[in-house]
Amino acid sequence: MRKTSQNRAAVRQAAGGGRGLWSDAWRALRRNRAAMTAAAILAVVAVLCVFGPALTPVEFDYLDWDYVSVPPSLEGWHLFGTDDLGRDLFVRTLVGGRISLMVGLVATAVSLVIGISYGALAGYLGGRTDQVMMRIVDILYAMPFMFLVILLMVLFGRNIALIFVAIGAINWLDMARIVRGQTLSIKRREFVEAAQAAGVSTPRIIRRHIVPNLFGVVVVYVTLTIPQVILVESFLSFLGLGVQEPMTSWGALVNEGAKELENAPWTLIFPAGFLAATLFCCNFIGDGLRDALDPRDRSA
Amino acid sequence: MFRYAIKRVFAAIPTLLILIALAFFMIRAAPGGPFDTEKTLHPEIEAKIRAAYHLDEPLYQQLYRYLQGLAQGDFGPSFQYIDRSVTELIREGFPVSLQLGACAMLLALLVGVTAGGWAALRQNRPSDHAVMAASMTGISIPNFVVGPLLILAFAVHLDWLPAGGWPTEGLLARLPNMVMPVIALALPQIAYIARLTRGSMIEVLRSNFIRMARAQGLAQSTILLRHALKPGLLPVLSYLGPATAAVITGSVVVEQIFGVPGLGRHFVQGALNRDYTLVMGVVVFYGVLIILFNFLVDICYGLLDPRVRQRN
Repeated sequence: MRKTSQNRAAVRQAAGGGRGLWSDAWRALRRNRAAMTAAAILAVVAVLCVFGPALTPVEFDYLDWDYVSVPPSLEGWHLFGTDDLGRDLFVRTLVGGRISLMVGLVATAVSLVIGISYGALAGYLGGRTDQVMMRIVDILYAMPFMFLVILLMVLFGRNIALIFVAIGAINWLDMARIVRGQTLSIKRREFVEAAQAAGVSTPRIIRRHIVPNLFGVVVVYVTLTIPQVILVESFLSFLGLGVQEPMTSWGALVNEGAKELENAPWTLIFPAGFLAATLFCCNFIGDGLRDALDPRDRSA
Repeated sequence: MFRYAIKRVFAAIPTLLILIALAFFMIRAAPGGPFDTEKTLHPEIEAKIRAAYHLDEPLYQQLYRYLQGLAQGDFGPSFQYIDRSVTELIREGFPVSLQLGACAMLLALLVGVTAGGWAALRQNRPSDHAVMAASMTGISIPNFVVGPLLILAFAVHLDWLPAGGWPTEGLLARLPNMVMPVIALALPQIAYIARLTRGSMIEVLRSNFIRMARAQGLAQSTILLRHALKPGLLPVLSYLGPATAAVITGSVVVEQIFGVPGLGRHFVQGALNRDYTLVMGVVVFYGVLIILFNFLVDICYGLLDPRVRQRN
């Protein structure tokens, strides 16, 4: 069994496929039962959040005065119960999940773009430019960013676009550091030298030769950034600085639930459960991916 | 080592200045001012108020004035609490936050290192997996979820602990009120520290000098305490900087949840009331604190790790 797979890899290598790292990683990941379970749960949550609200009969902001603060029951189809305004918590949890997941993805994408370009540029150019650029990252790194983001949200209104930008803009620092380190080692490799010798321009080398080879590190980092970002958004929403009524997110729902926890604990428990489960799954997948992509740790 | 310390001090100064300037200009660029009220003030009165708070001066002059005050430990007057200075508010709120934060950090270190070390010794056994699963849970459940859940369990259902508040008469009376906030603050840090400790301990225990010590026939406890612990805890030491920042940030929500009159709550209230100077003061104060702590951690790291010492 092992031999045939090795042979297959060898054949693929000979055919110029060169996807050994990825197929190896994929196989290691599939063997990691915790990570696969986490991925399955995350997929279910995502599908529920994306398609669920359209399939349920009630709107997320519909006030049903006949069912105020009722516990979860099948009667009236309030699977998770309702809040103190008679809004169906099931739909609200899913709609809130949409916001949380979207913030996670978009803000991570923002930090990804900034971090990769900055890190790759610094690492590839090297010398003084690199030193100055990394000095700037060091300086920014020491800032109490959470406080600046709170400040930003307070001062410039509480709109979602600002959340994306604010969170994305603070999360690129780690990414830039990691990417720079990786770039430093990639740029000494033969294929980069070959491109330089062939007279390829610097931006093109960075785009075509450096960035594609960063993906291993970046993928792991992205799966670990998404939960961080979701956490920051729910932190802001919990303080009442994130998304505004009647729109909601998991953080905002937890905040509402925390106020009602004595007479309607389900308003806390369901959103909190979804939030925690999502973060849990993202972290597990990230860990699994790191183990899968990093051969050094595989023996451990 | 001394040169290294000096270098680090000079690196911290631009960070501080940028932080102050950024916060300062962000606040001034915001729409709406601190004296926006329901009724419109007479323009003359408003002009007088603005002049009294130096809001009529050009921006750079205001910034200069602010920096001048800061250098003397004066954070300026609060814009919302009449007749109170921000310095006073910080002096009042910070000791409360410090008590919570320090207890949380101690608890996190104690439990985190113990659990992580124990897991490292029993690598890949069920107890190791249990510790790791628990710490993953700790990382995944944010403290603003842990807080209300703790209240639900221990205050509402079991009625063992008070749900919040902060008695001012003596530490002993306050102890029951501190238990839940401290746990809520410490939990994510326990989890991180346990994971870090486990990872680095496993690496250290595999290294040659430990094998050498074993070959010499040293007792397991001697090997662990005298040889493995110090290098094994270096990553934990360098994590203390970010951990402090995380605990400070976390205390903002935790103080809100448990009704603790600390600096974090002042900050949120000030932010909602557009109390410019108070918000600025807290951001700068915490900024200095975090930068200072990072500096101390780096120095300790340099003292403990001979590799860093030699490079500098």
